[in-house]
Amino acid sequence: MATALAANIHVAMADLKGKVDPDWCPGCGDFGVLAAVQKALVELQIPNHNVVTISGIGCSSNFPGFINTYGMHTLHGRALAVATGVKLANHDLTVLVTGGDGDGFGIGGNHFVHSMRRNVDLLYIVMDNQIYGLTTGQTSPTSRVGMKTKSMPFGNIEAPVNPISLALAAGATFVARGFSAEQKHLTELIKQGIRHKGFSFLDVFSPCVTYNHDNTYQWFRPRVKKLEDDRAHDPTDWMAAMGKSVLWDEEIPIGKFFERTDVPSLHGAEPVLNAGPLAYAEMRIPVDVAQAFVEELM
Amino acid sequence: MRQTFAIGIGGAAGQGVATPGDIFAKIFSRRGLHLNAYNAYQSIIRGGHTFLTVRTGPENVTNMGDRLDLLIPLNQDAMNRHLGLLTAGAACVYNSDTIKPGVPAEGVELCSLPVSKLADITRNKVAQNTLAVGAGLNMMGIGFPALEEVLAEQFKKKGDAVVTENVGIARTGYDYASAHFKPFAWPLPMTGNRYAVLSGNIAMAMGGAAAGVKFYCAYPMSPSTGVLHWMAAHARKAGIMVRQVEDEIGVVNMTIGAAHAGVRSMCATSGGGFALMSEGLGLSAMMETPMVVIDCQRAGPSTGVPTKTEQGDLWQMLGAAFGDYPRALAAPLDIGDCFKIIPEIFNIADRFQCPGIVLCDLLLSEGRLSVDPHDLDFAPSIDRGELITNASSASAANGDGGYKRYKITESGISPRAVPGVPGYTHTAASDEHDEAGVLISDEFTNPTKRRAMMEKRMRKVAGIESAVPPPELWGPRDADITLIGWGSTKGVIEEACEILTEQGISANQLQIRWLVPLHGDAIMDILKDARHTIIVENNYSGQFARYLRSETSFVPTGHIRKYDGEPFMPHHIVEAVKEQLSGKTRLSVPAHEVLV
Repeated sequence: MATALAANIHVAMADLKGKVDPDWCPGCGDFGVLAAVQKALVELQIPNHNVVTISGIGCSSNFPGFINTYGMHTLHGRALAVATGVKLANHDLTVLVTGGDGDGFGIGGNHFVHSMRRNVDLLYIVMDNQIYGLTTGQTSPTSRVGMKTKSMPFGNIEAPVNPISLALAAGATFVARGFSAEQKHLTELIKQGIRHKGFSFLDVFSPCVTYNHDNTYQWFRPRVKKLEDDRAHDPTDWMAAMGKSVLWDEEIPIGKFFERTDVPSLHGAEPVLNAGPLAYAEMRIPVDVAQAFVEELM
Repeated sequence: MRQTFAIGIGGAAGQGVATPGDIFAKIFSRRGLHLNAYNAYQSIIRGGHTFLTVRTGPENVTNMGDRLDLLIPLNQDAMNRHLGLLTAGAACVYNSDTIKPGVPAEGVELCSLPVSKLADITRNKVAQNTLAVGAGLNMMGIGFPALEEVLAEQFKKKGDAVVTENVGIARTGYDYASAHFKPFAWPLPMTGNRYAVLSGNIAMAMGGAAAGVKFYCAYPMSPSTGVLHWMAAHARKAGIMVRQVEDEIGVVNMTIGAAHAGVRSMCATSGGGFALMSEGLGLSAMMETPMVVIDCQRAGPSTGVPTKTEQGDLWQMLGAAFGDYPRALAAPLDIGDCFKIIPEIFNIADRFQCPGIVLCDLLLSEGRLSVDPHDLDFAPSIDRGELITNASSASAANGDGGYKRYKITESGISPRAVPGVPGYTHTAASDEHDEAGVLISDEFTNPTKRRAMMEKRMRKVAGIESAVPPPELWGPRDADITLIGWGSTKGVIEEACEILTEQGISANQLQIRWLVPLHGDAIMDILKDARHTIIVENNYSGQFARYLRSETSFVPTGHIRKYDGEPFMPHHIVEAVKEQLSGKTRLSVPAHEVLV
């Protein structure tokens, strides 16, 4: 994600406070993600009017209402498609997409895969709680096998999706995982994801304190290991990243799995945008060009 | 009666039906003749049966007509299917090496071309087509240089040798006809006019470019794909971002995203793709983000008949997406109108911050028409409505953080700030929201606010109605018969009215272009004096008749409907009108005699 720095504007935490306070359950992991995003924007000094925060539907998708940037609260699963349109129409904007695992990997799975292969320049933060919260506790695409929910009371028999492996396979050029309770680490990943020029995928463990009694803070804390502490980890090595992505249970890596910077972003690859964002372009087709279009038909 | 001349070219897909059609079309339009072309084809890449009708004349040619003057069958199948439709004065030019003629009607000339004697068919696989084009033009009384010029353009990319070879074959056909075949009774005239020849899909794409569309995306779906093809080919010259997307759900949401960021954005699909877009339509309405969606109807339901026409999507358009919301829905009347309607509906969508839907169909999307190039106006009026694109442009709002994106106003229109403008940050939401954009679906749920927001949005309906002109009656007000149609049937009903009037039954026409808003009062004002009203539409259930009744309580005297996949021909309507005047029936379903 490219940043748009404006001179003489100082961005403070207060500038990023939304019109209303979050109505997430007390203890929800999403609070930590919101705070980390706000901190990252302050540290990067990106003016709030140059940021568009776009979400789908779900608990975590209420995010745009809780931060003072331009926001779009769209349809369930469709945030990435909307965000692609926003970015292509005005690539000067910093585009953040926020949502949950059901929104992104379930109903929005198709857009997730295609947005990554397109390398749309945005940061996609998934607040992954391995459960459907706003619909009061059903199995999600990342729920573990055996997990009992209202929709699968005898235990989930379907294998969960591995978002990190999927993102790597689909061609995401920045793939990372954070933990809502690791604020500094998460803020750093968000900053890197915003700076990355291309599709940045950030899966964040964001525990649901109400409906997921399996994957709790207590469950994650002893398991998460920062890739940044692993000196042998080379984030430019795709195969190694793939290897790390399948680690689970006893040791779960968080941090930057992979980044490559040699792939042009979607807007960077399209010469139509060379002259600048379309949002500022002259609407009229030049007379000679229009005449040539008509001449072709004669 | 207008003087016209119609050519039918039939063969298997892949046999090269299109090229002779293109050549005839170019020659006619350059002679200053109008033309209308319709290709009946199948969902198959090689084989099957394709039948192209090109009808030309010095006046507007509004439809494919009833009769053929020249038939060029490229295989036995085409001969068998179509020879029987020729009437006295018509001719059939065919390859006598491979095709056995049937028994024609009296006065029909069979013109056999001994193709293998006239050309080296081992070298040129489409020699029969080129010979037939040459022969046909000779019989129409058109000088050879016109054909030479078009062939040179057609084969330019393949090099001089190919041009010379094809010109030689065409010349042979031309000369052979001059020695062996009788010229047509009516040599094609020439006028000083020049016309552009284009499909409805190209017209809508160009109309989009003229309207200032900067973002277009689509998933390929017949018969709408032509819009994508024109957009993709001309994107860089026109400065338009064109994307092919993973599905129509992605398409509509990407379109909304681009529109929200401040550009005019458009997409096109057919019924199945539109069904996937429904939820997005509601999002556009709820976030009050204007966009234009084109639906090119094909025969449904489900995958249906992808290459055949129908007007069967009307109720889908009326009911698309749940909940009540303002929308504009227009059906272009002909291919020229496909161009004009796009800037018009964008102005409505922008002013009233709502989705605009263009309801086209295969007949217009893939048909071709000669259009006066001046009618392809690339400087139409552009009205973006109350749009805030920079901090100083804001008159109706302030930039100090007190901006209300969904401010309640008398018109229902709230000034729309686009992302990037300092001081106007807000969230546009799919959930119900208050004036400031704060969700009122959760802890702030409030029936009073919900009602106010519904009423604010729905107040725009009245504004849209006054911004759109009511329909007008064409022809004498006191006619025996009033034919009511909508969208693409304009041309064929117009010709049916002329034929009926010539036969002593005076007829007038009410053609509906704007379906939403409908202007029910204006329609009733027209219809209250009508003696005998018949609604003509290309679907099974009379979708427009039902809609008109639901909006106005109007019940017509009769109906003419067709749902076999093919468009109306004038005689279908004329005969049905007579049948209904005689009191035999109030519902006519004409049979399509051409097996395509």
